[in-house]
Amino acid sequence: MSQPRNGAPPGRSYLDAATFAPLLPIAREALLAALDDGWADPRRLHQEGRRARLLLDQAREAVAAAVGARPEEVTFTATHTRAVQAAVAGVLKARRRVGGAAVASAVEHSAVLNAARHAGDLRTVRVDRLGRVDLDHLVAAVTAAPTALACLQVANGEVGTRQPVAAAADVCRAAGVPLLLDAGASAGHVRLPDTWDALTCDAGAWGGPAEVGVLCLRASTRWLPTEPEQDGVEIVAGSPGLPAVLAAAVALEYAGARQATEGPRRAQLVDRIRRAARRLPDSEVVGDDGDRLPHVVTFSCLYADGEALLDAFDRRGFAVGSGSACTATTLRPSHVLAAMGVLTHGNIRLGLPLGVREESVEAFIAALPEVVAGVRDQLGVGDL
Amino acid sequence: MTERVRDLVLDVRGKRCPQPVIELGRAARDAPDGLVVVVLATDPAAEPDIAAWCRMRGHHLLHQGWNEDASQLVSRVRIRRTPQAAVPAAPPPGGPGTPPG
Repeated sequence: MSQPRNGAPPGRSYLDAATFAPLLPIAREALLAALDDGWADPRRLHQEGRRARLLLDQAREAVAAAVGARPEEVTFTATHTRAVQAAVAGVLKARRRVGGAAVASAVEHSAVLNAARHAGDLRTVRVDRLGRVDLDHLVAAVTAAPTALACLQVANGEVGTRQPVAAAADVCRAAGVPLLLDAGASAGHVRLPDTWDALTCDAGAWGGPAEVGVLCLRASTRWLPTEPEQDGVEIVAGSPGLPAVLAAAVALEYAGARQATEGPRRAQLVDRIRRAARRLPDSEVVGDDGDRLPHVVTFSCLYADGEALLDAFDRRGFAVGSGSACTATTLRPSHVLAAMGVLTHGNIRLGLPLGVREESVEAFIAALPEVVAGVRDQLGVGDL
Repeated sequence: MTERVRDLVLDVRGKRCPQPVIELGRAARDAPDGLVVVVLATDPAAEPDIAAWCRMRGHHLLHQGWNEDASQLVSRVRIRRTPQAAVPAAPPPGGPGTPPG
């Protein structure tokens, strides 16, 4: 027994797995095995190289099957951010005659928003208070002005709300605009829609190595490389090493096989957390109540300090996340919470990893009222 | 002639979240109905948080905007002494604001 089931040492509960999950034990095993067996250059024609090529092909087939793509549509990239950058820049380059503008929901992953801003123009589409994209505004955005690319997430990785992907895909198809679907927070946790022209995924969010991202481009998608030609294995510069790719594929198969059980089980735990957070005085539980990711939950506590909440939970053995400005390196609040028009301070964000122990969640719920009251006492806001 | 209640200026420039909203909460605690509090803030979190505080507490956000070089946020809040319950499912007014900077 070298690795605890939920990736946390005894006495610790790792509940910050929304975008950065602990490496699954089975992925760790695959990684170590591949260091012995899958290390060679897959372009070489000797036995070691052919063995590496075979393993890489198998990994590509497994990932393709899991995300609803064909193997030749799948490219492995170094990180999810790189996959997003390559998707955005490559489609904008191929469609530069249309105009450089990309349209994205205001709550996309910052990698998407940053890539679109960097590559050209970005027009954001507003969301409602639940974090769901405004379809009428999306229609207006993709039809009012030339649009080279539309970007939408499957579900929001900070608040869990699922997006109306099928309807958005119809809008894009009618307008003749390719759709980049970002499954960064969703792949491995929910079944993905197949209505995309480009798809991006993050192995780090499903329990694989975080240095593996996935970019899928349909054969019909117009895309051009924006960097010099590479190694002839992947179409995007700086591909991850083969052992990491194999571990990512193994982790995705494992996560996919457990969706039917781990999805509802974690959704039920999330519901319990949302109910407990709602019972707190002056709290705001955000995101859609039902149509949401099974493992992500977030809420804010009025007059509380996000960093103090995070520290207090950490001292009690819980690793949690936060979208509050004081917990961000930029000292800016989460753009997702801000776009939704909900409270950004006193924010706690949880991502329940695959196999999370029920006792961990129960202990978190038990500690919650005391931690929040303690932080508010320190700030002297009890009478507000 | 009723004497018009003068606006209260609350200067929380340089203070970081959650301090601006805490000070607004303190100012509102003893304020009469209808008082307008003008909040001057520099913290980017003050924009969504003052708006959310008004919604949660039933006060009325009259206006909110950054100055030209996005260095200072002015929020005008009318205090309501009979706050109504917040309506969490309503869409945010006017869509996403453009963050400063």
